[in-house]
Amino acid sequence: MKKVIIIEDFCIACYNCEVACVATHSRTQDPVKSYKRENLRGKTNTIVELKGPAAFSSMCRHCKHPWCLDACISGAIQRLDNGIVYLDEERCVGCWGCVIACPYGSAHPNIKHNDKEDTKHAFKCDLCVDRLEQGLKPACVEACPNKALVYDETMPEVLSK
Amino acid sequence: MLYKKPQIQFYPYIVQRDDYKCVRCLGCVEQCSYDSTFYDEELDAIWNKHEACVGCKRCEAYCPTDAIKIVPNPSRPYEHSSWKWELVMDTYLQANTGGIIITGIGNDKPHRIYFDHLLIDACQVTNPSIDPLREPMELRTFLGRKGQKIVIEETEKGNISLKTKLAPQLQLETPIMFSAMSYGSINLNFQESMARAALQLGTYWNTGEGGLHKKLYPYAGCGIVQVASGRFGVSRDYLKAAAAVEIKIGQGAKPGIGGHLPGEKVNAEIAETRMIPPGSDAISPAPHHDIYSIEDLKQLIYAIKETTRYEKPVIVKIAAVHNVAAIASGIARAGADIIVLDGFRGGTGATPKSVRDNVGIPVEVAIAVVDKRLREEGIRNEVSIVATGGIRNSADVIKSIALGADAVYIATAAMLAIGCTLCQTCNTGRCAWGITTNDPRLARRQNPEIASEQLYNLVKGWSHEIKDMLGAMGINSIESLKGNRLRLRTIGLSEKESDILGVLPAGI
Ligand code: SF4
Ligand code: SF4
Repeated sequence: MKKVIIIEDFCIACYNCEVACVATHSRTQDPVKSYKRENLRGKTNTIVELKGPAAFSSMCRHCKHPWCLDACISGAIQRLDNGIVYLDEERCVGCWGCVIACPYGSAHPNIKHNDKEDTKHAFKCDLCVDRLEQGLKPACVEACPNKALVYDETMPEVLSK
Repeated sequence: MLYKKPQIQFYPYIVQRDDYKCVRCLGCVEQCSYDSTFYDEELDAIWNKHEACVGCKRCEAYCPTDAIKIVPNPSRPYEHSSWKWELVMDTYLQANTGGIIITGIGNDKPHRIYFDHLLIDACQVTNPSIDPLREPMELRTFLGRKGQKIVIEETEKGNISLKTKLAPQLQLETPIMFSAMSYGSINLNFQESMARAALQLGTYWNTGEGGLHKKLYPYAGCGIVQVASGRFGVSRDYLKAAAAVEIKIGQGAKPGIGGHLPGEKVNAEIAETRMIPPGSDAISPAPHHDIYSIEDLKQLIYAIKETTRYEKPVIVKIAAVHNVAAIASGIARAGADIIVLDGFRGGTGATPKSVRDNVGIPVEVAIAVVDKRLREEGIRNEVSIVATGGIRNSADVIKSIALGADAVYIATAAMLAIGCTLCQTCNTGRCAWGITTNDPRLARRQNPEIASEQLYNLVKGWSHEIKDMLGAMGINSIESLKGNRLRLRTIGLSEKESDILGVLPAGI
């Protein structure tokens, strides 16, 4: 299965992946409006981690045996036929079981206050399933200016030290 | 307000942030390698220390919401016709520091660029132009000593073979090579990008004086290695691995000035490649301490030829300075196969600003006078000429070749191709574009996969344009243009200048 592969050597911590992720998963699809009007700040499925010179964008690995799925009590997390581990926000009851179970820290708790009623659900990377259906690459991959994120089956041959 | 020396406030740039558009992703904070922009958690605001901004525009390029603009500070010292603001700022800086002003990149002064005063001829009815899309057009060229005559032998079967033993040649598929930039002054990612692009383009890249990193040995076949006064990284293997060896006598951006890579930049890998202890200053003295005459140079040229079994051309690189024609003639007679002329607009990692902006001569003039002199002496065939230091586009390449060069080297153009914004702070080693830096956090900003593609594209694009211009002149091979000054005309130059360039004025 194709996944987003992170080439740590070339992540420059520009945060473009985070912004692209938020915008893609927003109502308006606009980076500024999604952060400022939809209260989606911090609600990003991929998070840039940074320590010293090392940086990488960390997101759901779409595991073969997803711990989050095992932990989900409401059936909100499903494994789609194409291998994508998908979280149905409608069915999520906000028990945060997946948040605790994921060893990569890729499931996040979300409490939205912007709409008329507050919603409470977990959220995680869906590999931009909608974009994939349109033949596009995941938003983070497309936004990465340094090819540190690639959408592929295996690690491309990179020049390791 | 904390105490600051007063003039510090007249900083050159302002970081303008559209606060509404800023989504606080903090990308700019991370991208700024000069600590000019930072996040204040308490106020949830991004602030700027404008005085630290060097105008590299990295933040601007990487802001996902287009919220930042780097603009010149309108509050500058007053314009004065003899005290330009740059001069005033330099004076303030020196009054505060007492040092030499060091800078990077090439001469930015408005000295006459002769390339811009040369026009290319085009065919009309006397000879037809050629359409490079339909007719074959040859950009292949060979660098190296050509010999006085060629003897051809015919075998019994009627095959023709060459009897004369030719001196070693470099075969270039396009007359553009990547110029010397050392590992240390630039990082391995950039060097690897050039090496990959050169391999793909069928041309050459140059290691500069920093030695050849073991990872790049696979690219040594299209590499030229340098022997500079510091002899960094020079070993038998190094000389043998490359396609040619270049002795660097001088450099256009700083003629008569040596090099200095400060100890703090000499990390373990650079140290290993340069063959010096980590953390030690890498000083290349201004002169080679074993070369004080053409005879001494000859000894070094032949020592290298011996080591490489006369299989590789030896190049000698000099800065374009006055009397360059006589110097080049001496170098040709000392046995060099190729001479590189580096003009005063050449770039560098670090040089005293006073030297960069005032020492040397334009490469256009140097090519013209060297080519003329070597022809007059009847030795033009014995040596190839490579022009560098101020080659900005394909037209500059064509004009250099028509003036008498065999090929050109590019460096600043290559840096621009991968993002350089000419902020002139290469000397700080903090290049925010990850070009002239070895900081592991910054060097990764050049992914060789992307950078080599961009370098390839640039040279490919120029090559197409060169073919177009050749076609317009009715010439179908770059070699036929070499020294063909009749294809050029000058505009706006004095008679004397046209005369020195050996080009007729427009209208004749
Ligand atoms: S990244 Fe460059 S242009 Fe932007 S604030 Fe920093 S120094 Fe200035
Ligand atoms: S190489 Fe880097 S530091 Fe030097 S001028 Fe270009 S962007 Fe600035």
